[in-house]
Amino acid sequence: MIEVSDLTKRYAGHTAVDNISFTVERGEIVGLLGPNGAGKSTTMRILSSFLPATSGTAKVAGWDVFHDSLEVRRRIGFMPENNPLHMDMRVREYLKFRARVKGLGVRRSRERVDTVMDQCGITDVSKRLIGQLSKGYKQRVGLADALLHDPELIILDEPTIGLDPHQIRAVRALIKGLAEKHTVLISTHILPEVEMTCSRVLIMYEGRILAADSTDNLQRRMNVNGQIVAEVDAPAQQLHECFSQIPELESFNISALDGSFQRCALTAKDGLDLRLMVYELARLNSWTLRELTRSRHSLEDIYIQVTQPGEEDEV
Amino acid sequence: MRVLLTLMRREMASYFLSLSGYVIIAAATFLNSFGFVLLLMQLRQSASPMPVTEMYYVTPIFWIVLLLAVPVITMRSFALERATGTYETLMTSPVREGTVVLAKFFSALFFYLVMWLPMIAVVTVIQHFSNERQSLDPSIIGSTYLGILLVGALFLSFGIFASALTKSQTVAAMVSLALCTSLFLLGFLPSLLPDTATRAAKLLAWVALFDHMHDFARGVIDTRPAIFFVSFTVFFLVLTLRVVESRRWK
Repeated sequence: MIEVSDLTKRYAGHTAVDNISFTVERGEIVGLLGPNGAGKSTTMRILSSFLPATSGTAKVAGWDVFHDSLEVRRRIGFMPENNPLHMDMRVREYLKFRARVKGLGVRRSRERVDTVMDQCGITDVSKRLIGQLSKGYKQRVGLADALLHDPELIILDEPTIGLDPHQIRAVRALIKGLAEKHTVLISTHILPEVEMTCSRVLIMYEGRILAADSTDNLQRRMNVNGQIVAEVDAPAQQLHECFSQIPELESFNISALDGSFQRCALTAKDGLDLRLMVYELARLNSWTLRELTRSRHSLEDIYIQVTQPGEEDEV
Repeated sequence: MRVLLTLMRREMASYFLSLSGYVIIAAATFLNSFGFVLLLMQLRQSASPMPVTEMYYVTPIFWIVLLLAVPVITMRSFALERATGTYETLMTSPVREGTVVLAKFFSALFFYLVMWLPMIAVVTVIQHFSNERQSLDPSIIGSTYLGILLVGALFLSFGIFASALTKSQTVAAMVSLALCTSLFLLGFLPSLLPDTATRAAKLLAWVALFDHMHDFARGVIDTRPAIFFVSFTVFFLVLTLRVVESRRWK
């Protein structure tokens, strides 16, 4: 659906997007994740053919965003950053206007406006002025606008920014629901958003893509040096002897806690899950076990690690 | 075409459904009526062979209204959309740049013509209270309105061009005011030149807006100024189109 190769965008003095390449398949929900100023919005603007790239090419559904701009624009629904709307129009009036601008006929516009208003849950505010709506509703109006002409690709720039948790849930659910029929590219700097909605994530930092994989894969890769933490009531000496006999353990660390409890941090080789083994050990030696957890790296760790200067090679 | 009409309807709504549109019309009507009062005072002192439209035209009010109203009408057209960001949703929709420029121009032109409509009331009042029917020949009124249309179209194209250059409505208004005023004043330059037969003087006479409009107000329709106005308007609209497209230049 999207093919980007060697895309670069330079503004006077600085490079916003630095030689990035990626592809997005039909039907995927892909998240573009990165801190503010990473080049997410610029990439999206180029894809929606609002801005030209300095070099490199980008294609949407096989059409070049620069040379076949009109064809590309027919196939995308773009919701820009900050979701600009005409505040002086009423919801229904605005959507009808947008449908007509996108070239839909009178009857088809009416149909589509009703459908997307229903889909986005804004039918009850259809007669209200957009300027008087709450931010959550405005966001959904923007989303409805992007869906109007039933585009193949939907590009949403920070769709949940500034919403309260309830509204965020509603918008996320809506985006997930789109996956069946559309390809979706969303940008965000909020991690849980990507974890919850996207099947694949591209992490951008300073104009480059530092990591690109499915969300599950990225987490698995990070778990390679995941730790197991056990809190047991046992003599430190005994624990030491036991752990040093386990060949799968790469390293361990024992520290005293309150009472006679010890905190053991175990690092296994190759990311093996040693929880069962620890439990068996505790059972055989009649230790009291009060906590046994495997620290899962969240996407947040990956994100922090990847976007730390100089440490990108680790991922 | 369908998209053009849709965009025009939206532009028109932004003029007529907001207070600012009516403030512009009210201010222009107030100033014009002021000109009308001056005209009546002149008529009371002495009879005049001039058509009423011409008498009105030679009061300075006409150009004040024209030079001040046009920048205010056009300043929002592109600048406001750029400032609020709706320009981005518009330009990422499948619409041609040319359609957008034309929609903005024609709706500004329509609004501008509506702004001049109250003047018909002035003419009717004069007609009602005077016996001088000839001085109010409908064809003269027609030619005056044609002049208003042509000069207005030219100034509006300046204004739309200025608005496309910037995000700031203030900058847009000032740039178009500067453009319109300088073209207007350029027409007075030949009277300062010692020799009116030189090529430069002839060229300047060609852009003498004041004289051209004077002809229209007298009921004289000359095709040369008409062609001048239309071609300059088209030229500035093309320039605007280039500015709008320039966003996508490499």
